Amino acid sequence: MSDKQTKTSREKYAEVAYYPGCALEGTGHAYNRSTKALGKALGLKLKEVDNWNCCGAMEVKNIDPKLQTYLSSRVMSIAANKMKMDVVMAPCNGCYHNLKRAEWDLQNDDKSKEVVGRLSQKAGHETYQAGQVETIHALDWIKDGIGEDGLKQRVKNSLKGVKIANYYGCMYTRPRHIFPEKDAGAGSESTSKPHFMDDLLAAAGAENVDFPLKTACCGGAHTLSDSDTSTRLVANILQTAEAAGAEVIATECPTCHSGLEMHQIRAEKTLGIKTSVKIIYFTQLLGLALGLKPRTVGLQENVSDSFAYVKEKGLA
Amino acid sequence: MNASAARYIADIGGRLEQLIGQPDPGASAEMLTLGEEILEHWVRARGKEPTGDEREGFRLLALHRQGADKDPSFNACRETCRELAYHYNLLTLQPDHEESVQRARMMALVANHLYLFISGKMETAGLGEFCCSSKPIRTGLTGGVDGNRSAQ
Repeated sequence: MSDKQTKTSREKYAEVAYYPGCALEGTGHAYNRSTKALGKALGLKLKEVDNWNCCGAMEVKNIDPKLQTYLSSRVMSIAANKMKMDVVMAPCNGCYHNLKRAEWDLQNDDKSKEVVGRLSQKAGHETYQAGQVETIHALDWIKDGIGEDGLKQRVKNSLKGVKIANYYGCMYTRPRHIFPEKDAGAGSESTSKPHFMDDLLAAAGAENVDFPLKTACCGGAHTLSDSDTSTRLVANILQTAEAAGAEVIATECPTCHSGLEMHQIRAEKTLGIKTSVKIIYFTQLLGLALGLKPRTVGLQENVSDSFAYVKEKGLA
Repeated sequence: MNASAARYIADIGGRLEQLIGQPDPGASAEMLTLGEEILEHWVRARGKEPTGDEREGFRLLALHRQGADKDPSFNACRETCRELAYHYNLLTLQPDHEESVQRARMMALVANHLYLFISGKMETAGLGEFCCSSKPIRTGLTGGVDGNRSAQ
């Protein structure tokens, strides 16, 4: 049995290749900042993937899915072959989804293998082979790298009294076949009712509300082409969260997060629907629970202004 | 065409708005039917006859499966449909529960999400008749919002 197979998740996730992706350098910068700060506070190391590229996002995938497979495979190839890492951690749902999809394609589709081999050769880097790295989300990283008990031991400012609706978005669990580690029994993530974010925030003292739209579509893909539909979908998510008793929507995807923030404002302006629920990354909430300052977790970079709220809750 | 499919999808949205504003635990069956009607619109717009089958005891879930055929992105509303079925069960199995009104409100909001998702998807794809004024847009008579939408 190889070292890679015998290592526990806790050992494997202690140091991971970090793939922030494009969004975390732009609209999702607060997620980037808080993920790094949280890792540091928890003693988990991140080594950013050298010279990483776009995962292919939606744009490339819609035009040429095989090219998206190649672009995602290049990121994994650098992590595996150049950096000699076993695990790639992608906090963005879109990046995470695309890397997992590329992994699946390279395991199951000969045409994808052929295209990736040809383009890798042309680009002058080693071809990624399926199984060389394990791709995980930031939620897996904390959940399996530290765990709820480990988190509880480190909490300095309990999230007690913070009522949260956990919003996972639609790409974290879909399509099911590219996430073979989910729905794998006790302790694994569920694709129909994901709970890793709920578990982590509960460990930090938060009160999770029963939120029926955890994985519902926010219209993110149509945010530019059909903004009104996106606004209506987001307004319904926000209203449902508030009706469920939430004061905060916790997010784990930069696209979902910025969509909720922007359309919260737009819903008030265009539809007259005013909601006051705060939108905060789960990494920011956990960081605050560990005693990090709001600015350290990038709260000032959020559009949704939650400074007064976190102060009121004794988190700042 | 049965009676339910004759209702414009926008009218379903209007009824759901009423049910969100005035949640009624006794309207669980109606909300489930509204969910089925929304899915029927999607299925019909894609040229198929809505199934009468059930899946896990719900026609709603069978209709969702039918709607997702050859369109995997439609699975983005899979859990919304399952939540609708779940809330129906809550309301019918525990009609006198102290949180019945809250449950009815949540069921209406979940059904509304299904409505918004599907009506938005139909509008973007230029499918179906979401209101009486949509036909000229849909058939390209006005050139559509972007001026060059082709007839469906």
